[in-house]
Amino acid sequence: MDQKKLMLYQNMLFIRRFEEKLTELCQIEGKLPGMIILGTGQEAVAAGVCGALEKEDVIISNHRGHGHLLAKGADPKAIMAEIFGKKTGCNKGKSGTLHIAVPEVNALCTTTVVGGGIPIAVGTAFAQQYKKSEAVTVCFFGNGSADEGSFHESLNMAALWNLPVIFVCENNVYSGAQRMEEHTRVKDIAIRAQGYGMPGVVVDGNDAEAVLKVTAEARLRCLAGEGPTLIECKTYRWRGHGEADHQAYQPKDEIALWMERCPIKKLENELLAEGVITRQDITALEDVTAMIVEDAVRFAEESPLPDPREALEDVYV
Amino acid sequence: MQQITMGQAVQQALTEEMRRDPDIFIAGEGVGVGIHESPVMPTFGLLKEFGPERVKDTPVSEAAIAGLAVGASVLGLRPVVEIMFNPFFTLASDQIVNHAAKLRYLSGGKSSFPLVVRIKTGAGFGSGCQHSHNLEAWVAHCPGLKVVMPATAADAKGLLKSAIRDDNPVIFIEDMGLYFFPTPVPEGDYTIPIGVADIKKPGRDVTVVTWSKMLGVAFKAAAVLGKEGIDIEILDLRTLVPLDKEAIIKSIQKTGRLVILHEATRTGGFGGEIAALAADEAFSYLKAPVKRVTGPDIPVPFSPPLEQFYLPDENQLIEAVKSVLL
Repeated sequence: MDQKKLMLYQNMLFIRRFEEKLTELCQIEGKLPGMIILGTGQEAVAAGVCGALEKEDVIISNHRGHGHLLAKGADPKAIMAEIFGKKTGCNKGKSGTLHIAVPEVNALCTTTVVGGGIPIAVGTAFAQQYKKSEAVTVCFFGNGSADEGSFHESLNMAALWNLPVIFVCENNVYSGAQRMEEHTRVKDIAIRAQGYGMPGVVVDGNDAEAVLKVTAEARLRCLAGEGPTLIECKTYRWRGHGEADHQAYQPKDEIALWMERCPIKKLENELLAEGVITRQDITALEDVTAMIVEDAVRFAEESPLPDPREALEDVYV
Repeated sequence: MQQITMGQAVQQALTEEMRRDPDIFIAGEGVGVGIHESPVMPTFGLLKEFGPERVKDTPVSEAAIAGLAVGASVLGLRPVVEIMFNPFFTLASDQIVNHAAKLRYLSGGKSSFPLVVRIKTGAGFGSGCQHSHNLEAWVAHCPGLKVVMPATAADAKGLLKSAIRDDNPVIFIEDMGLYFFPTPVPEGDYTIPIGVADIKKPGRDVTVVTWSKMLGVAFKAAAVLGKEGIDIEILDLRTLVPLDKEAIIKSIQKTGRLVILHEATRTGGFGGEIAALAADEAFSYLKAPVKRVTGPDIPVPFSPPLEQFYLPDENQLIEAVKSVLL
């Protein structure tokens, strides 16, 4: 278990440093094209969920998806190059930061249409059931997605057909600039599971171990043919919807409170208290992490931009 | 040769393809046990032969049906899903427009989505405008999709087989007016390539470009005009995307005159695209302005005389053909 905890810590730390680098890079005029949307503060969801998955398991991600992809094992160089819009990016510069697909690790779709990935997860889970494969699908989406019709149609169909899919609602309190109480009457999205005939679980989304545990349980239910689960991870987005968002609607003390609940610090303190790691280990890990991130940035910066004519490729098979 | 309806031709294509490839499944509202049960309907008998694992009756959930196809296809299955009536496409449109059409591109060509969305369409059933609305131009406007719209039972069978075997998302639009009239269809396995138009009647004087149910209207007009010594060439597009530009241009080169006939409404209709193609690439061959015969810019009305008024007929086509010959 110590190893698992350490892995969660390493993954979260890596996602954090990777995204911090993006924050830094977007301050530099002309460095990164387009908008950047980060999941800073939500790393425990990505690391915890993906920590319970096998390579063959599929993830469907959303606009706040870098963490999901990295935790699933995507190559950080290819991700960084894609964010830079480079030819060497995992999608040759066609998707940018927002729609990255990494089929190599079964991260098959990242969609920016709120709720748009949920019906697709029904489809991949259907294929897994149809082929009798020992794999499941995880669909990540935010609390705002639970207001979309696609959420309702998909959860209903997935439950009806007992599909091996785990719906992970990453509740970061906000849907755009709306707080939870401004966009829905319920306090927990997870209670909606009952209306579809599937288990709904609320978990502390800043506790990576707890997230891993409920995901592993849901995965076992999927593989036992017991169908889908809705997991609601309660967390918080430290930054705005995107990096251009000045967060005027987010109370400063609320942000400060959640920063104190930092998922990485929480696990770090536990690991230190339990003697699994030392301060020196952390310093060493920070160094390695920084090096991997720097390598990714260097790779992206040194990579060529796509030839404009490449825009015409990859529309059809 | 067997005489079967287009509904039965689609049924044969589905049956033969499902026997050939176990990765093919069908899903939709009432594709197994339906409220429109009839031996001439496209999915009749499939549940009995292939069972509920491969013939999925779905809840009334168009977005989930389309998403099912997107997700299942990226993992290598070949879904053929049905949208019961064309206007309900709007409910599935996010999955088709933003996902089926774009995800391959967004993956940088790494993933493919070999799915078919069958859509039933066509006015003439007294079902009103929320059941009758030809929206082929909408889907033709989404790069990443192929759009097929057959006019005969024989074409429907061969084109649907090609659509199922195609590695791209294909929107396959069937006019229900063609479901009920038997026409000759070859037995057994054959395919018709997507993207190839067909001269259904060669002619000398005027090119009539059309597709789907309007082919019948074109033939009615051809019979009348023939008696008056006017010989029209009827070019059935069969596929809107990819468009067989060469066939259109070649026919214009031959006749020098072009009339476009489609059931969908006029403004923003796909006929405009054909007219633009003629202007761009065949202007020097044209001896007269291009004319369009289309549904008027109104929702499809209910009352029989109103609905008949909506549907383009041979008289309108005859008038248009004569006008370009003046």
